[in-house]
Formats: sequence, structure tokens, C-alpha cells
Amino acid sequence: MSNGENHPFVLARLDAAITWAQKNSLWPLGSGLACCAIEMIATAAARFDISRFGMELFRASPRQADLFIVAGTVTHKMAPIVRRLYEQMADPKWVVAMGNCAIGGGPFPTYAVLQGVDRIIPVDVHVAGCPPTPQGLLHGLLTLQEKIARSHPTKEILKPHARGSR
Amino acid sequence: MPEDLASFPDLKDVQEALAARFGPALAGSAFRLGELSLKLAKEELRPALEFLKFELGFETLDDIIGLDNSASAPAGGARFSVLYQLRRAPGPLRLRLSVDLVENETLASAVPVYRSADWAEREIFDLLGIRFDGHPDLRRIYLPEDFTGFPLRKDFPLAGDTDGV
Repeated sequence: MSNGENHPFVLARLDAAITWAQKNSLWPLGSGLACCAIEMIATAAARFDISRFGMELFRASPRQADLFIVAGTVTHKMAPIVRRLYEQMADPKWVVAMGNCAIGGGPFPTYAVLQGVDRIIPVDVHVAGCPPTPQGLLHGLLTLQEKIARSHPTKEILKPHARGSR
Repeated sequence: MPEDLASFPDLKDVQEALAARFGPALAGSAFRLGELSLKLAKEELRPALEFLKFELGFETLDDIIGLDNSASAPAGGARFSVLYQLRRAPGPLRLRLSVDLVENETLASAVPVYRSADWAEREIFDLLGIRFDGHPDLRRIYLPEDFTGFPLRKDFPLAGDTDGV
């Protein structure tokens, strides 16, 4: 690995292996903020069965999760907690903003609601809807898997500061 | 439902007892849908609550409601109203006390009489900015502690001061 930068072929193979493992074993954080959480729960249950895509284990602790599905309205009072949960998750980690509220405040352009969770944490995939259907959320998660498959984790290992460009 | 206080002898007794005790402070009385509403001068609120609880048996304070009347009140008039929903069991007998306040006026806290007033008064302080003298812990209850302004006041912009940031 030390002279990996001179051997891009090896790096590419390692990236493929790592991202294949990452995208097929996402561990979502079991967190619901509002009504979108009901659709997220439906997605996890038997009919839509999120485990077909390797992510059935909703964890109760952010320490054990690498996927944060922000499912619902983020109020200003909740915002510091959402941020803290994100920071407690171990790297590498991904965020899906589920529903119009998490994307941009939704139908609540008010003093109490954060106008988009991407104001406090980086979002990988936005899933629109009010709420999105389970099919919509699954589409968003498959999109996230494609995004992970395109990423280059070895570059991040060798150049940690380049992480934002993924 | 009869719209006549005479057909509710228990409530009529309550109204007469209050009128005998607080006569000049009672600014108005209305009876609708089996509920009695009394308007009271703000100085007499605490004695009236104590009288109702300890002598007339209204042991429960169901809720306290704050109103911003700035759309209907005349300039310099009573901008806010605070309503106390009281209940006596068995029955149940319901009674509503209302108190008018002008801007920046404070009100005696009901917590020493009714413990259930604690969070209700915090809610009214949080959203309307009405202060309650003698409340044990008057701070915001719903909104973040660093929030500025009182959002249920009619002159508060819906989007807030910070545009959602």
C-alpha cells in the first residue's frame, strides 16, 4: 500500500472489493423523526424487505451504524441531536435525506423547522416525497449503493483530506 | 342543551359564591353550552383560584390558554388574555376564568395553588412571552433555549428572524 499511488491497477481492484463489501452491508441507524419513519419501517418490514439489499439490521446505536436515514421533519430543537448522532457514527458513513421536510423543510417554512438537513450534515442522496413510498426509499438506497460503488475508499485512506470529493 | 344557567343549579351556586366574594372584580360572565366563563381583574386571580380550589372544590386545573388579541383589541387595550380551565368532580362541573393583560404586564403564577399550572405557564411564556410572577422555573419548554422572540404573537414573522438557518 505504501507505494500504491504508483500502481493504479492495484488500487482500483481494492476499491472494487471494499465498495462491494460496503454497499452490500449498510447498517442503518434506527431513527425516525416524523411520519416518514412509518414508510421507513414499512420498507424494513416483510412486504418491501430492505434485507434483500443487505441492510436489514437497523441499529439502536449510532456507533454501530454507517447509514443515517433522516426520516422526517428536523426541528431546530432536534437539529443539534441529529448532528451529534451523525458525528457519533463511525466512518465511512452515508446520509439519506428522506422526504421533503428533511430535504428542504417541506410544508413547514417556519421558525421551528430546519430548512433542510443538509444545512447541518452532508447528504448523499435526497429522496423526495411526502412521504416517499417504500419503493421510493428503496430506489434512493439503490442509488446510494451505486454511488458507493463509484467511490474510491483507498484514496481516502491514502489522502484523508480528500474525503470531501467523494 | 338548555342555554340557561338556572338549569345548572351547581354552577349557579358557584357563580353566586364568586359574585359575593369578588363582586367588583368580576368584569363579566357568560354561559354557553353548559360552560360558565367569568372575566376577572388580574389582581384577584390568585385569591379567586385559591377560593375556587379550597372552598368550592375545583381541584383540577385542566389547562391554561393564552391569547394574543392584537387583531381585535384597541390600541393600548388588553393585548393578551389568559384563560384558566377549572374542573370539579364529580359532575363534572367546568368553569373558565379569564384575565386580560396589557403589553408587558405580568400575572401571578398559579403554580402555588395548582401544580398542573407549571408546564402550562411555561408554554405560554415560551410562545407568547407572558411572564408569571412566582413561577418556580419559568424558561422555554418547546423551543430551543437560545430562541429569540415569541412565535405565537401576531407580529412574529412565520419564518422567524433567521430564515430557517
